[in-house]
Amino acid sequence: MTQSRLQHLIPGALILLLAAVVTWLSFTQQPAESFLFPRVISIAFIGLAIWNFARAALGLARVGGGISPQIAMNILPGLVIMFVYVFWAAKALGFYTASIIAFFAVYSLYDPVPFSSVKDWIKRAMVTAAFMAVIYGLFFMLLQVQTPRGMFF
Amino acid sequence: MEFLSYFGGVFEPVSLMLLIGGTIGGLILGATPGLSPTMAVALLIPFTFHLQPTQGLILLGAAYTSTVAGGAVSAILLKIPGAPANIATALDGNEMAKRGEGARALQLSFLSSGVGGVIGVLLLIFLTPVLAKWALQFGPSHLFWIAILGVTVIGSLDSKSFVKGLLSGCIGLWLSQIGYDEIQGTERFIFTDALTGGIHIIPALIGLFAIPQVLDMLAKGRNPQTIASLDVPKYSFLDSVREMIGSIRALSIGTTIGSIIGLIPGVGGQIAGLVAYDQARKFSPDRNKFGTGHSEGVIAAESANNAMVGPSLVPLLTLSIPGSPTAAVLLGGLLIHGIFPGSDIFQKHPEVVWTFINSMLIGQILMVIFGIYTAAWAAKIAKAPMPVMAAGVLVLALFGSYSVQQSMGDVHIMLALGVGMFVLQKFGFSAAPLVLGLILGPIAGDYFTNGSMIAAAQDGPWVYFFTGPLNIILIALVIASIVYSFWSNMLQGSGKTEATGEAAQ
Repeated sequence: MTQSRLQHLIPGALILLLAAVVTWLSFTQQPAESFLFPRVISIAFIGLAIWNFARAALGLARVGGGISPQIAMNILPGLVIMFVYVFWAAKALGFYTASIIAFFAVYSLYDPVPFSSVKDWIKRAMVTAAFMAVIYGLFFMLLQVQTPRGMFF
Repeated sequence: MEFLSYFGGVFEPVSLMLLIGGTIGGLILGATPGLSPTMAVALLIPFTFHLQPTQGLILLGAAYTSTVAGGAVSAILLKIPGAPANIATALDGNEMAKRGEGARALQLSFLSSGVGGVIGVLLLIFLTPVLAKWALQFGPSHLFWIAILGVTVIGSLDSKSFVKGLLSGCIGLWLSQIGYDEIQGTERFIFTDALTGGIHIIPALIGLFAIPQVLDMLAKGRNPQTIASLDVPKYSFLDSVREMIGSIRALSIGTTIGSIIGLIPGVGGQIAGLVAYDQARKFSPDRNKFGTGHSEGVIAAESANNAMVGPSLVPLLTLSIPGSPTAAVLLGGLLIHGIFPGSDIFQKHPEVVWTFINSMLIGQILMVIFGIYTAAWAAKIAKAPMPVMAAGVLVLALFGSYSVQQSMGDVHIMLALGVGMFVLQKFGFSAAPLVLGLILGPIAGDYFTNGSMIAAAQDGPWVYFFTGPLNIILIALVIASIVYSFWSNMLQGSGKTEATGEAAQ
């Protein structure tokens, strides 16, 4: 089995599994009146999911290049920052503190400029501060959005 | 001429300020490669939540108009289309800029965008009430089929694979059913506490459009590529106006094709620009000059992609079927302000709708003025480093999705949907049909439930949903949209489709 076929087969199988769960829930949950429209959707959903899986299994699914190991390696650090930021830091540290750290981390990690230059570290810190000042002005002062404060702010 | 009586609302201080701010902001966002107009409008929706409906829609309308035109700046000066709608503009625009005619190309681009845009909005003004009156005949079964048609049309036309496009639409429809069923008082598909209130449209829009773009930027890694911008020597504005008037053929072709394509649900500006460019070349005596820096190429492409904006809102406002993916996001913006598009929209919300449409008309003129004077400046901002843009969009996405209901659950849903969409996009799935399914799902569900109740009291669901001339026409259109997409996929061959689609990205 080629890597391309395997790449399409895995998401195809996962979507088929999701469609099967949705169909099963739509036809077994009560009251039935509440699930009439979901039943209609689930029939189309599972039909298309089977078709999509069959195309992947037969090697006919060629649209979409998939996720190469290089892409996965490149996005992994950013993805970790995103999940820590959204699922933990934003609430635990406070929105603004977590955002400063997340912005600075993403910027620094993906900045092609070498890490050894002190001048560039200062530049990154200043860009982060300027951006967060705009966000603070926009959301806290203008829109008056109350965000979780956490340990800090 | 009812629209004339609502012009005053556009010139109220806050509205005018939002119109100008939205236009300038949209031009900059549009000029920034990697930030699509759809994502820009999605990120703006949380801000409109804190505004009056009219003001919110003015901001979104201005952003929609100017992001499409702003994409021409980077297409001309950097040879990177700011949006897919500007692909055709880059072909001749960048060649002109290389010859030192960047200012001429930019002026022609904004002038033709303005002319195309004004004609497009005039079509919106005159066609929408006619279509709305016609739509008054629709009952629940017809409206159910229209909602389904919206999903199938976008699912079929906006995807490189029609199976995956329709599957995306189905996933969106299913996601829209998650939460509390208000009619029966029961819970549906709630697997975690964050889903108790269902999936709110704004965090979903932000997640589905912004997070995949952040991840796409990060996927390039620590790329040391620098974008080379060209100098923009000054050029006489009056000469540009004269040249545009002299290129009336290219302007007419672009405007006509853009307007027609805008009316077709789901097609969007990318196709409008490319088709208009191709037709202008075929009808031009200087067809050999196209691609070498010929001004008619810029005029045709830009007049088309902006002429598409107004007509793309005609099916949106009257039938809830958006003409483009950005219009689908705009539909979300209308719904969160309690404005349900349909046949009675001009009776229920005349002030909001007419002021919004009028603001788009004024916005076209502002876009020309600000576009010409801020183009060089916008191009500099467009060169902002990729990691700064990625980090900025991530933080904005968090604040934007939280600010709507002050709920961390919304933020978690936003990220989960965004990461899921990124993975799906890599396998050929598209965000637009999923979003449309999410937006139209509750509408289709309500009409289905209402129709089922009426059907139970009459001749049963089969007769109610599948008979009658209007039902049959709508079902035929649903089938036609699917068959057409299947047929064009077969005709082009998936390999070619993929190549075209990736080039368009």
